[in-house]
Amino acid sequence: MFARVALLVLKKDIAIELRSYEIISTTTFFAAACVTIFSFAFTRDDETMAMSAAGIVWIAIAFSGTLALSRTFERERYGETLKALLLAPASRPAIYVGKLLGILCLIFATEILVVPMVALMFQSPLFNRPGMLLGLLVTGTIGYAAVGTLFAAMLVRARTRDVMLPILLYPITIPVIIAGVEGTTALMLSPPDEAMASLWLALLAFFDVVFVTLSLWMFEPLMTE
Amino acid sequence: MRKIFLPLLVITAALFAYSPYYINQAPYESTMLLVQKIFYYHFATWMAGATAVIVCGVASGYYLFKGSVVADRVAVATAELGVIFGAFGLISGTLWGRKAWGTWWAGDARVSMALVAELIFIGYLLVRKYGGPGSEKLSAAMGVFGAATAPFIYKSVDWWRTIHPKTSVMSSLNDTPGGVIMWNIVLFCTLAFMLLLTVVLAARMRLEELRADLDRLYLEAED
Amino acid sequence: MLLRTVALTLTSFVLTTGIALAQAPAGQDEFVPLSSLPPGQELPAAPLVLASYASFLLLMMFYLWTIWRRINKVEQDLDALKRRQGAASR
Repeated sequence: MFARVALLVLKKDIAIELRSYEIISTTTFFAAACVTIFSFAFTRDDETMAMSAAGIVWIAIAFSGTLALSRTFERERYGETLKALLLAPASRPAIYVGKLLGILCLIFATEILVVPMVALMFQSPLFNRPGMLLGLLVTGTIGYAAVGTLFAAMLVRARTRDVMLPILLYPITIPVIIAGVEGTTALMLSPPDEAMASLWLALLAFFDVVFVTLSLWMFEPLMTE
Repeated sequence: MRKIFLPLLVITAALFAYSPYYINQAPYESTMLLVQKIFYYHFATWMAGATAVIVCGVASGYYLFKGSVVADRVAVATAELGVIFGAFGLISGTLWGRKAWGTWWAGDARVSMALVAELIFIGYLLVRKYGGPGSEKLSAAMGVFGAATAPFIYKSVDWWRTIHPKTSVMSSLNDTPGGVIMWNIVLFCTLAFMLLLTVVLAARMRLEELRADLDRLYLEAED
Repeated sequence: MLLRTVALTLTSFVLTTGIALAQAPAGQDEFVPLSSLPPGQELPAAPLVLASYASFLLLMMFYLWTIWRRINKVEQDLDALKRRQGAASR
């Protein structure tokens, strides 16, 4: 029942998105623009600083993630559909998981563009260990999106949501971003420091468990008027 | 609380007035000498700050699930105190680092994580102040997440390669000459800071109570 | 009224601590003859220690002052409101 509700919510979000491609196109465009600006900012004497690539990837993900989060819930607010969703006789945590999966799909789609783009523009060895990079990206994105979905959902009712989302989200997710950047940097060393990267990967997985548990636990009281 | 407030205040004041003399008596630490004397307040302030943060997290959770107004007031007051103690912890740490590490800001793991916690609770206060209606719940969620990072700050030095002293520094203190005196002073300062936390918390809670009274009266006046 | 006393006491206790703190570093300078300092001690530590304790004092005083000011303001508002209500009911 739980999984069915979550998948239904996800299916609904994907169906809406596939009708216009609005969020996915704006988010990926924004991420690409970010990376382009950074590629100018971090170029010295035509020699791009390859090691800064790790930071750029994660900053682009964090920024475009905020955009995806606020747009997704703005859409829900417009039609008052979130209210309807919450009135449905379904468990609240399941609705949360469904929304989280939708956000994750959007951010992963952005990453598919951003990561190769950074590797290309910064000529950095991002793909030394593709498996571990994938692991870092997946765990990091889950940690970021778990907190983001919770706060974006709460902010649907608030008047100041555009300012408040970054203020709430960024401080709390800085540890996730730090762990992601450090882990990715360890992978780009030659030879790649796999022990270090797996330590950061473990830390990210730990963050995921803590953040998802806390979010599931708090979603119910937070969304009750 | 009101009955024991004044005695508590006097005790706290006495402890703080005595602490500089007591710290002055402490023997010099063998490698860092005079600058190590920052440690007594530095450690104590982080203990008080961590207590404030954890209390804030628990109170926020309690407010979310039980809707207790008192818990909400405790959470606001402790968040503010956490920011104040955290600010002093960061300042004293920077001053110490200037001497011990040769640089103001070394970007080491625990310092960065402490700054993150400081940011979270400044964010808490910002949300509280500018969030508009319903900001109590938003900030409560932030308080819970903020408290969840506290264990990471504590353990970060053990996990990451870093220059900050490890958590074992406290137990090794007993082995050094004069260690017992230093240990006693550390405990003394921590006690003083904990009492200060309690006293200021009580004063800050009183402010929240008065504000609630004011709001209630305004509502009554409108009816 | 109690609150005003409390605020005053808080400020005075912080001030006493300040006087005590101001005396402490002076004693410390006498404690260490300069010659006994190891050669690695290029950077004098005393100003840093002093700055650290002084910053605590200033920060705490400032914070207590803000609490005191905020409580006063709310009390004033309360008084004003009560007076207005009293006038209205008569």
